[in-house]
Amino acid sequence: MRAKRSGFRFLLLFVLSTLLLAGCGKTENSTLDPAGPMAEELLFLINLSTGIMLFVMVVVFGIFFYVLFRYRERPGDTHIPEQVEGSVKLEVLWTVIPVLLLTCLAIPTVSTTLSQAKMPEDGEGLKVNVTAYQYWWAFEYPEEGIVTGQELHIPVGQKVHLTMTSEDVIHSFWVPRLAGKTDLNPGKTTEMMIEASEPGIYRGKCAELCGESHALMNFKVIAHEQEEFDKWLAQMKEPDSKPKTATAEEGAELFAQSCLSCHAIAGADFEQESGATAPDLTAFGTRTEIAGILEYNEENLKKWIKDPEKIKPGVNMPGFGHFSEQQLNALTEYLMNLK
Amino acid sequence: MATFLVVAVFIAFIALIFTGGYNSDFLDRARKTKIWDWITTVDHKKIGILYIASGGLFFIFAGVEAALMRIQLLFPNFDFIGGATFNQLLTMHGTTMIFLVAMPVLIGFMNVVVPLQIGARDVAFPFLNALGFWLFFAGALLFHCSILFGGMPDSGWTSYVPISLNDYSQGPGVDYYTVGLQIAGLGTIAGAVNFLVTIINMRAPGMTLLRMPMFTWTTLVTSALLIFAIPPLTVALFLLMFDRLFGGNFFNVAAGGDVVIWQHLFWIFGHPEVYIVILPAFGMISEVISTFSKKRLFGYTSMVFATVLIGFVGFMVWAHHMFTVGLGPMANSIFAVATMTVAVPTGIKVFNWLFTMWGGRLKFTTAMIWAVAFIPTFVMGGVTGVMLGTAPADYQFHDTYFVVAHFHYVLIGGTVFGIFAAIYYWWPKMFGRKLNEKIGKWHFWPFFIGFHLTFFPQHFLGLFGMPRRVFTYESTPMVDMINFISTIGVIGMTIGSLAFFYNIYVTTRYGQLAEADPWDGRTLEWSIPSPPPNYNFAQIPLVRGLDAFWLEKMAGKKEMIPSEPLQPIHMPSSSHIQLIISLGFFMSGFGFVFRGFELGALGLAIAFFGMFMRSFDKDRGYYIPKEELENVEKGA
Repeated sequence: MRAKRSGFRFLLLFVLSTLLLAGCGKTENSTLDPAGPMAEELLFLINLSTGIMLFVMVVVFGIFFYVLFRYRERPGDTHIPEQVEGSVKLEVLWTVIPVLLLTCLAIPTVSTTLSQAKMPEDGEGLKVNVTAYQYWWAFEYPEEGIVTGQELHIPVGQKVHLTMTSEDVIHSFWVPRLAGKTDLNPGKTTEMMIEASEPGIYRGKCAELCGESHALMNFKVIAHEQEEFDKWLAQMKEPDSKPKTATAEEGAELFAQSCLSCHAIAGADFEQESGATAPDLTAFGTRTEIAGILEYNEENLKKWIKDPEKIKPGVNMPGFGHFSEQQLNALTEYLMNLK
Repeated sequence: MATFLVVAVFIAFIALIFTGGYNSDFLDRARKTKIWDWITTVDHKKIGILYIASGGLFFIFAGVEAALMRIQLLFPNFDFIGGATFNQLLTMHGTTMIFLVAMPVLIGFMNVVVPLQIGARDVAFPFLNALGFWLFFAGALLFHCSILFGGMPDSGWTSYVPISLNDYSQGPGVDYYTVGLQIAGLGTIAGAVNFLVTIINMRAPGMTLLRMPMFTWTTLVTSALLIFAIPPLTVALFLLMFDRLFGGNFFNVAAGGDVVIWQHLFWIFGHPEVYIVILPAFGMISEVISTFSKKRLFGYTSMVFATVLIGFVGFMVWAHHMFTVGLGPMANSIFAVATMTVAVPTGIKVFNWLFTMWGGRLKFTTAMIWAVAFIPTFVMGGVTGVMLGTAPADYQFHDTYFVVAHFHYVLIGGTVFGIFAAIYYWWPKMFGRKLNEKIGKWHFWPFFIGFHLTFFPQHFLGLFGMPRRVFTYESTPMVDMINFISTIGVIGMTIGSLAFFYNIYVTTRYGQLAEADPWDGRTLEWSIPSPPPNYNFAQIPLVRGLDAFWLEKMAGKKEMIPSEPLQPIHMPSSSHIQLIISLGFFMSGFGFVFRGFELGALGLAIAFFGMFMRSFDKDRGYYIPKEELENVEKGA
C-alpha cells in the first residue's frame, strides 16, 4: 500500500516534469530556448544527458517498484529468504552497461568542450573587453574605441570574442539564451565567445556570489541586424553629448561637478579627471534600463540618483539626496537627452 | 565584545545560584551530577550520543535559516530580509549543515556503532575521542557565536576569495568561519585517526576485513578520506586567516596573490567531503536494508570495492566544481570524464541494494521506509550529478538552482534520509527504547513529500536561468510559480521535523522498552543488551563469518560464542582535561576573531597546558572485577 502511493507520486512527478519541459520551457531567460549556436550546442548536451539519465532512472525505478510490491512481507509469512551471496554475471552487467552509457555521453562532452573553447581567428568577428565591478559591467570595443556600461550591443550572426576580467571580486558572465557562463577573475583574463542568431534583447546575470547586490547585477545583450549595429556604432563614435536647453546646460554643469570623477561621457567637453570607475554614460538616452534593474524613466532615474544604496545595497555610488528638485530635473534632462 | 562580557558574567552568576556557590565540597557535589558524568565521559557510546545531539541542535539552527531564505524567495522582489542578511543566512546554512550537522551526526553513529559492530570494548584512543568531540563542539560554538557577536560570515560556505577578504567582508564573520572551522577540523582529524586505528587493530577474533559489516567498511574508508581531505582545508583556512588577521597577501591580487588557488584548495577538500558525508549513509542504508529484507547484503565484496573506489576517485574530480573558472578545455575534459567514472561504482551500489531486497521478506518499519525512500531519491541526485559532470552542459547548470536541487537531492535524499534510517534503527540500541513507529510515519511522509516539493521544481528554476545565492529575482510567471511551490514544500519538511522531535520526547518519556535484538539483527551490536553496559562485551565474541550474529542464530544459538574466559575488564577513566584543552582553543579563537591577540595567546597557552597535563597523567584506568561482571551477566 505504502509502496503504491509513493509509486504513484513518482509517476506524477515525472508527468509533471515532462509537461514542464515540453510546454513551459520557453520562459524569458531559459537555457532551453537558445538563440545562438553556442547555447544550442549546450542544449544538445543537456538533452542527451537528460535522455540517458531518464533511461537509467526508468530501469532503476522499474526494478525498485517491482521489488517493493513483490517481496514485501505478507501477514503470517515467516520464511527465511535464501541468503544469496551475489552474482558475478549481474555485477558485470551493471558495470558494463553504465560504462557504455557513460561513453556515449563522454564523447560528445569532450568534443563540445573543445569546440566551445575555440575562439574566433584574428580579424574575424567582433572583439569586446568585458570588465566586471560590484555590481555593474563595462563593455569596451577596443577596435572601435568606444565603451558602454550595462548594455552589450552586438551584430546578429557574428562571432563576438569576449576578453574578460574583474576589478574587484569574482563575477560570472551569463546570458542563458546565448552561451554558458564564464567567470571573471581579478588579476586574470578569461575569454569566451557568444553569438546571437536573431535580433533581440537577451538578459544576462552575474552568476557568482559577489556581495550584497549579487542578485541585482544584471545586464543586457542587445543583438541588432548588421545595418542597425553599424548605425549604433556610428552614433557611439560621434555621440551627441552637448546640452541643448538651458536646463540641460545646468545639468551638464552639475554633472561636471558631482559625477565626472567616476562617470565618463564621450563627446562632451569634460576633462576626465581620473579613469572611469563607474558605468560610462555615453548615449545614456538610448538605454533601456537604469542600473540594470529599474525601468527607464525620469522618476526612476531621480530615485536612483537620490539614493542608489536603497535600490542596489552595497553599491559604490554615493547618494545625492541633497540635490534640490530643480537640480535633479536639470541633471535628468541632460542625461536622458544624451544620444 | 562588550555583549559577550555581559553574557559571560550573567551566565556565571546564574551558574553560581544553581550550584550553591563555590565551597569545599563544591567539586564533590559537581562530580556526582549526571552532567559531570556526561561531559567527562570517554565512553564511545556517550560521546557518540553527544555528537548526534549537538548535530541535532545545529540542525534546528540551519533549518530555521533555510526557512527564512525560502520565505524571502516566496515572491519576486519580496522585501523580507535584504541581500546582506540573505548572504549571511546562506553561508550559515551551508556551513552548519555540512560541518556541524551532517559530519557530527555521522561521526556520532560511527562512535556508537563501530566498536559494537567489530566486537570491541571502546575505540583505540578513548581520551582522543573525547577531545575530538569537545574540539568540534568548541569550534561549532565559536562559529555560532557570530549570530550574537559581530555578525555572521557572508561569503558562502565556499568562502571564495576575494569576496571573503577584509575589503569585501568587513565584519568578523569570516574570521569566525576560518577560526571556528580550524578548531572543529582538529577534532575531526582526531576522530578519523581513532576510527582507522580502532577498525584496523581492535576487531574481535575471526573478524577478517571482508567479514566486517558494511557500515564499518564505509567508516574505514571515510576516515581515510578525512585524513587526506581535512589538511588541504586547514591550509586554505590558515592562508585566509593570515590574509584577514595579519595582512598576508596570499589572495591579494594587487600584491601578486592569486584568487583561483583558494578554489583549488577548497575543492580538493570539498569534493572528498561530499563522499565523507555520503559513504557512511551508504553504510547505514546497507545495514538497514539487509536487516529488514532478512537477507545478506547482495554482492558484499563488490560493495566493499565500490566503496573504496568511490573514495579513491573522489580525490581526482575536484575541478568539476570549477568548470567555469577558465582552466582550459583539456583540464575540463579530463575532469569531466573522471567525474563520470564515479557513477559506475555508485551504480553498482544501487543495484546491489535492489538485489538485496530482491527475493527477501521486506518489513516496512520506519527505518526501512527511510532506507527505501533513499534509493530513488539518491538516484535522482546521482543522475543530475552526471549531468553536471558533463562539462559544457555545466557551463549552463553551474551556480544555478539546478545545482542547488542536485546537491539537496544528494545531501537530504542521501545523507539525511540515511541518518533518519539509522536513528530509527539504532535508537533502541543507544537508549533501550524503540522510537514510536506511528509518529515515525508522521515524520516520514510530510518530510518526504515536502522535500520533493521543495527541491524537484528547483531543477527547472536553474534551467530557466535563475542563479543560486540570489536574494530576489525578476517576476516571470514560471519562475514565480516554481519559487512559490518550492517554499510551500518547506512546510512539509517542517512538520516532519517537528514530528521527529516530538517522537523523541514521547519515546523518552513513555517509549516501549526494547529487547537486546528488536529487529532480528545480523551484526554483533544486537548480541548485547540495549543499551549496552559500559564495557559492551563481557566476553569478546568469536566471529565465524559475515553477519556473525545472524549465523549463530541460524545455527540455533541465542548468543555469540565467546573467544575468551570471563576475566576482569580494563576500562579507561573519565577525564576533564579535554575540556580544558577545548576551552583553551575556544578562548584563543575568540581572541583571534576580535584581534585580541593577547587573549588568543592566553587561550593557546591554556590548551598547551592541558596537553602537558595529559602527557604526565598517571591515571592508567581501572578494572571491573570478575565478580561484578558475573553479577551483571546473571541479572541480564
